[in-house]
Amino acid sequence: MSYMFTVSPDFAPDRLSGWYIFNTWLQKQSAEAIHLEMYNHYHDLHQAIAADKIDLIYANPFDAAMLVREKGFLPLVRAKGESDEAIIAVNADSNINDVADLKPNTRVAFTDDPDVRLMGMIMLEPADLHAGNIVPLLSDNHVLVAKHLLKGEADVGIILAEAYDNLSGMIKKQLRILVRSQISVIYHSLMIGPRLQSRRDDFQKILLEMDRDEKGGGVLNALGFSAWQRIEDEEMEFMIDLMDTLNT
Amino acid sequence: MIVDMKPEDIVGEYQEATLTYCDGKSRKVLYTQLETPYPDGKLIVSTTTPDGIISHVNRAFVEMSGYTEAELLGAPHCILRHPDMPAAAFKDLWDTVLRGEKWQGFVKNLRKDGGYYWVKATVIPNVRGGKVVGFTSVRRKPSRSKVDECIALYPTLI
Ligand SMILES: Cc1cc2nc3c(=O)[nH]c(=O)nc-3n(C[C@H](O)[C@H](O)[C@H](O)COP(=O)(O)O)c2cc1C
Repeated sequence: MSYMFTVSPDFAPDRLSGWYIFNTWLQKQSAEAIHLEMYNHYHDLHQAIAADKIDLIYANPFDAAMLVREKGFLPLVRAKGESDEAIIAVNADSNINDVADLKPNTRVAFTDDPDVRLMGMIMLEPADLHAGNIVPLLSDNHVLVAKHLLKGEADVGIILAEAYDNLSGMIKKQLRILVRSQISVIYHSLMIGPRLQSRRDDFQKILLEMDRDEKGGGVLNALGFSAWQRIEDEEMEFMIDLMDTLNT
Repeated sequence: MIVDMKPEDIVGEYQEATLTYCDGKSRKVLYTQLETPYPDGKLIVSTTTPDGIISHVNRAFVEMSGYTEAELLGAPHCILRHPDMPAAAFKDLWDTVLRGEKWQGFVKNLRKDGGYYWVKATVIPNVRGGKVVGFTSVRRKPSRSKVDECIALYPTLI
């Protein structure tokens, strides 16, 4: 039997090859046949999940509730020390100095990354901004969000903090951070579906020892991670509850 | 149980009030007019047992409340109750979450030093294996206009 692994479409493009290397490593370690299928859009991912095609997923926190509560997924591990944070950025020359200065019809650029957008919109709430009174500018990736700001096509941008930090110095010089979230309890997680769950303990063990494995360390490097860290069931439940409070 | 607030903990000029909680117990609180602004980008998170005893707080909660984590854990959540908050708001909170639903509202909280801070709070029941094992509240920065509405509305509910 072959299993299907996928990665949330918000993966950093330069990590694509890293995920393929990771999948090869995982197959060897677990002696399971695992096929990696990458989706470019959440829409396609959600269709695959709905059709019960997925057995292993590096999931966006936004999808965690549905995966656990409706599809019987369980958490394995998260990237050690990493969490999802969002930044509200403006053009360096913008006269906006505080989110509270923003007015209705503010042009907001963001990507379809659902947890980053959620965190970003929460950071705009102090200005009474919400989905109904902004001008949305859906962008294909975080670099394009930055470009909208540089060209003056957007007033503020919502960007994954990690992606912002990785923008070139040239671009960052022309931008300014209004707010950086410090939430620290929202993170991507590697989760395992019902068909593979009898092997959950084995997978967890393999992954937790990965940074000490000769080849494993290099593979983690290719993903930009230092090690994996176990997610307890209650930790996952807590994050799901937290996302639920933010989703209103 | 929580004890009366002490003058030596208070920063600035203060007033006194006696709050009577829903369990019939009362506490002397000392409060000032000093507002601590909500920190941008942070969430203030706490979890309680099913009867409202604090079982978890995050760092932002500790910083904003002015209490130590040790003082907060095991204390009833009304340790933060401000005399300007109408009892009806909390009745609505409890009625809602005990029905298993999500509650959202604006709350003025009392700090250990007598000051206050406004939050937009969302409270949900933590359901595990079909049972409510506690409640979690996540607070975010409220807009000034919403706070101003509450400043006008809440005195009419007391
Ligand atoms: C998860 C949770 C969080 C709460 N957070 C607060 C809070 O931040 N401030 C507050 O005054 N009451 C809070 N309450 C409500 C208190 O339990 C309490 O009802 C309120 O302080 C009024 O006190 P009383 O009900 O004893 O009269 C919270 C309740 C729950 C379940």
